[in-house]
Amino acid sequence: MAEILDYFRKERLPHIWCQGCGHGTVTSALVLDFDTLHTAHGRAIAFATGVKHAKPKLKVIVMTGDGDCAAIGGNHFIHAARRNIDITTIVMNNSTYGMTSGQYSPTTPHGMLGTTAPYGNVEFDFDLCELAKAAGATYVARATSFHVTLLQDLIEKALMNKGFSVVEALTQCPTYFGRKNKIGGPVELLNWIKDRTVNVKAAAALPPEKIQGKMLIGELHKVERPEYTATYAEMTTKIQRTFNDYKGGNRGCELNSD
Amino acid sequence: MAETVKLMQGNEACTMGALAAGLEFFAGYPITPSTEIAEMCAEELPKFGGRFIQMEDEIGSISACIGASLTGRKSMTATSGPGFSLMQESIGYACLCEIPVVIVNVQRMGPSTGMPTSPAQQDLMQARWGTHGDHSLIALAPGNVRECYELTFKAFELSEKYRVPVIVLTDEVIGHMREKVVLPDPRSYSIPRRAMPDSPAGYKPYAADPDGGVPLMAPFGQGYRWHCTGLFHDESGAPSGKATVGNTLLRRLDRKIGKNTEALADYYAENMEDCEVAVVSFGSSAMAALSAVRRARKQGLKAGMLRLKTMWPFPDKTVGDLLGRARTVIVPEMNLGQLALEIERVVHCDTEVVKLGKVNGELFHPDEVFNVLKEAF
Ligand code: SF4
Repeated sequence: MAEILDYFRKERLPHIWCQGCGHGTVTSALVLDFDTLHTAHGRAIAFATGVKHAKPKLKVIVMTGDGDCAAIGGNHFIHAARRNIDITTIVMNNSTYGMTSGQYSPTTPHGMLGTTAPYGNVEFDFDLCELAKAAGATYVARATSFHVTLLQDLIEKALMNKGFSVVEALTQCPTYFGRKNKIGGPVELLNWIKDRTVNVKAAAALPPEKIQGKMLIGELHKVERPEYTATYAEMTTKIQRTFNDYKGGNRGCELNSD
Repeated sequence: MAETVKLMQGNEACTMGALAAGLEFFAGYPITPSTEIAEMCAEELPKFGGRFIQMEDEIGSISACIGASLTGRKSMTATSGPGFSLMQESIGYACLCEIPVVIVNVQRMGPSTGMPTSPAQQDLMQARWGTHGDHSLIALAPGNVRECYELTFKAFELSEKYRVPVIVLTDEVIGHMREKVVLPDPRSYSIPRRAMPDSPAGYKPYAADPDGGVPLMAPFGQGYRWHCTGLFHDESGAPSGKATVGNTLLRRLDRKIGKNTEALADYYAENMEDCEVAVVSFGSSAMAALSAVRRARKQGLKAGMLRLKTMWPFPDKTVGDLLGRARTVIVPEMNLGQLALEIERVVHCDTEVVKLGKVNGELFHPDEVFNVLKEAF
């Protein structure tokens, strides 16, 4: 236990979210005491790509939200998946922009309310897991802040995957999404989320009408495919030159030494 | 290994300068007229243990460079106007978080897609003020191919020393022009390296003299476990909304560059001591300007040439002093008077500043400068 506590930023606990916010359930990792990088909005995966490519031995985790990952950072998300770069991305999807007070996001279901969707969302939402899978992620899973044990298990598996892994965590924003849509408080909202989901294993045995409109949770996709930084490193071994081959400049690269 | 003599273009020289400075990471997105830099990095970096990546856009490119720099790798990206605009967001991030990174901007005609890909010098102000919020950074402008090598090397020295983004402002003409360059013996200089802390014990990532000090930068992944955030932060790196914390931080960052302004001033001056009419320029416009000044001197006219290499921080005092004797200052530049604004700011109020802007996508001809110069006498 002492060892685990060693990796917590104790002065940063408890977390900064509203009471009953689903992010709090998921974000124990946010107070983890690693080297941590809080990037510009939407750029987390692009920054992480640089970190991982420059220092491949590091384990890189991205914590992101639905707006960050699927809207402003959507391009970085799909391209990281396409490269299959070894980054574990945990998307906390609360179907709204909570921080800016409840505007609709790319994952707000059609017809639901947001401060910028006062008459119901005209747009349709992304299925982030399908998107990740189609773009080339090699591990894709989904859980919710209700299914905490499942979520932990999936994050662990995602961390073990050598490649781009995505774990979508459906979370509740009672302060804006719940209130605006008159779903109720944290508990009601959590139940609402629970009722929208069905476990992928259970779904296999259910008739189609029972899973109509539901979101699958559990491990949704897992394949093996060469990982980006490993493939790059393999290429460098074939073209390795020594210092003396370099015409006209000193070289300070120490990358291969670690 | 002794000196090497090579015929090369400006973009190649920028890359060679970066490699000489120990470039280890390049992320970029294709854009003319800068692509040769990315192509050469893609070829050279992996041979020596470096890493190249072609990102999905320029936003991703600069972001990846910052991520790589945080792990301790010297990082660079290269782009042109439209891409440079996209990078502004994270240039601000690098300013605030004090992440060394070098950005080569091979300028082309804008705004927007403009006149691809004719030369321009229209990003001078964008280089200084492109990102939002008060911030300070460094921008250097090579005036020939050899300087592409030298100033890109220097960009790394300054970036690592001051923990600040450094912009190398070239243009399409210099980027694609070929000249003979003498590359120094690699043993004759030392590679720029950033100052690092000795041990994680008690490490405060942003502890520095409030009067423009530079904090020590620990690379990610070596047990320092620090937090880097684009929010205002205190010495420990923790985000803070306190008025005093934000104020102290921004003023330190401003002083960090500001107090070294004159020390950072780099320029080329010819016949400035007794000149009555001075021509001030930078980059490829300065080539035509210099030949016009020399022709004027041959005709007995007291003309002088000042070519700036350090564009930002703008060397107010140095430039003001150099132009002190001139009654007229002519400023040829491939824009509608961006450098002229700075010149107007630093010269005596009775000095006449002639804006000689050119935005038709063509390079200055020496005659154009000479005619204006002659009229001024
Ligand atoms: S506004 Fe919503 S998402 Fe943000 S902290 Fe509060 S409950 Fe959580």
